Amino acid sequence: MKKKNWNLLIGGLLSGIMLLFIVVGFFYTPCSPEAMDNAAKFAGVSAKHLMGCDHFGRDIFSRILKGCGNTFIVAFGTVLIGTLCGIFLGAFTGYYGGVLDEILMRVNDAVFAFPSILLALVFVSLFGGGKYNIILALGIAFVPSFARIVRSEFIRCKNMDYVKSARLMGAGDLRIMFVHILPNVMPVLVSSVLIGFNNAVLAEAGMSYLGIGVQPPEASLGRMLSEAQSYLFSKPSMAFLPGLMIVLLVLGFSLMSEGLKRER
Amino acid sequence: MSDLVLEVKNVSSYYRENRRLSGKRAERKQVLKNVSFSMEAGEILGLVGESGCGKTTLSRAILGFLKDYEGEIIHYSTKPQMIFQDPYGSLNPSKKLGWILEEPLKNAGGFTAEERRKRVFGMLRQTGLTEDFAERYPSQLSGGQRQRACIGAALMSAPALLIADEPVSALDVTIQAQVMELLKRLHGERNIAILFISHDLRVVYQMCDRIMIMKDGEIVESGTREEIYFSPRHEYTKLLLQAAGI
Repeated sequence: MKKKNWNLLIGGLLSGIMLLFIVVGFFYTPCSPEAMDNAAKFAGVSAKHLMGCDHFGRDIFSRILKGCGNTFIVAFGTVLIGTLCGIFLGAFTGYYGGVLDEILMRVNDAVFAFPSILLALVFVSLFGGGKYNIILALGIAFVPSFARIVRSEFIRCKNMDYVKSARLMGAGDLRIMFVHILPNVMPVLVSSVLIGFNNAVLAEAGMSYLGIGVQPPEASLGRMLSEAQSYLFSKPSMAFLPGLMIVLLVLGFSLMSEGLKRER
Repeated sequence: MSDLVLEVKNVSSYYRENRRLSGKRAERKQVLKNVSFSMEAGEILGLVGESGCGKTTLSRAILGFLKDYEGEIIHYSTKPQMIFQDPYGSLNPSKKLGWILEEPLKNAGGFTAEERRKRVFGMLRQTGLTEDFAERYPSQLSGGQRQRACIGAALMSAPALLIADEPVSALDVTIQAQVMELLKRLHGERNIAILFISHDLRVVYQMCDRIMIMKDGEIVESGTREEIYFSPRHEYTKLLLQAAGI
């Protein structure tokens, strides 16, 4: 009998719950996440404020709901840009090889050599901060790793007999690349996309923590962590709760990616 | 004499051994030496030789994958198709059989979806599979079934010439017989010329009208099946027959 894939099951469940949480946050929060209430500064847990309030008297639960959404958007956008550009670059370089491949892959190496946070910092200092610039900056920093994976898979596949036979049957280069080969690259790509998503969540948290990501008063998990550090001892739940959410988000996707690897 | 489908004239090919690391000059090794032959419509020509003698290189040149050769290869008909040795690598693992068989028709254009479907089902039946195989992935097929599917896919574009590179050597003996039976039947029904590449003299004897023996990139002997098997002239041919116990 087949062993149950607990990684995939638990990871999927956890990610599902988080996604539900995020979707709810888009449409409904108990209080406005940006409304300040002087009377409720550092308020404890109550029926009105499920997780208490922060130093401006903003409802932590609402901010987490909204913040998860913002973090997710940034991570999703980043991975989307990285994956699309990565597939495109990797497919062409891997399939055609030659001089173009050499040049692009050396550029790739150069980009890859920078830590993604550093690269994004440079980008932000040139074009300014904010949610959308961060997506673009992190997205570009994520391209090389995806391009590399796609490229190596294309190199593996392009000499297989089924590719030769596709060419004999009259398929053009583009059709061979994106219709014949790409579906065979997907299983490898999907698990690395999930890992990439995790890295993007952490990178967004890091950027916002440094104050160049999502701009106040908007909430994001990293932003909340950065604001909480001054009150770490007087109100630890302000740091603990968003931190926990990051851990759960990343854990869910990690488990899922691990589970998918097992499935293959 | 019937129509020619393929003419190969004085084809030579070299391959460059890369010795840059060991400091020696790049050596040119000749893989094909002045190969000439022609094929008539509807004949089965056997190409026999040991591994590494240039059989596959020749087939690559005929198919157009190898462009770096001297001499001339003339096709008198539509593009040739190929059946590969390894039935596990020659079907795209992420596509269903129906899709794979439909692909040549899509690329050729000019068929409606309904026509394509009909032809795919027709071909599945002709190759001894059933229609529900259209919904299966290659991983759900046995080696023999895969090779049947490969033959079907190769014949979808109705080629006049089919190159079969060791089509049965990856299969076990009973399946070998079935696949050869199928090839023979399709050959009879469609009058395709088949270039049958193999190292197995017994298989070649069953399949081919005419046989060429290749050694180190050279065709050392060619003739009808009876000539080769019963009165071989070249030493190498005798050696091969002896080794096969015929």
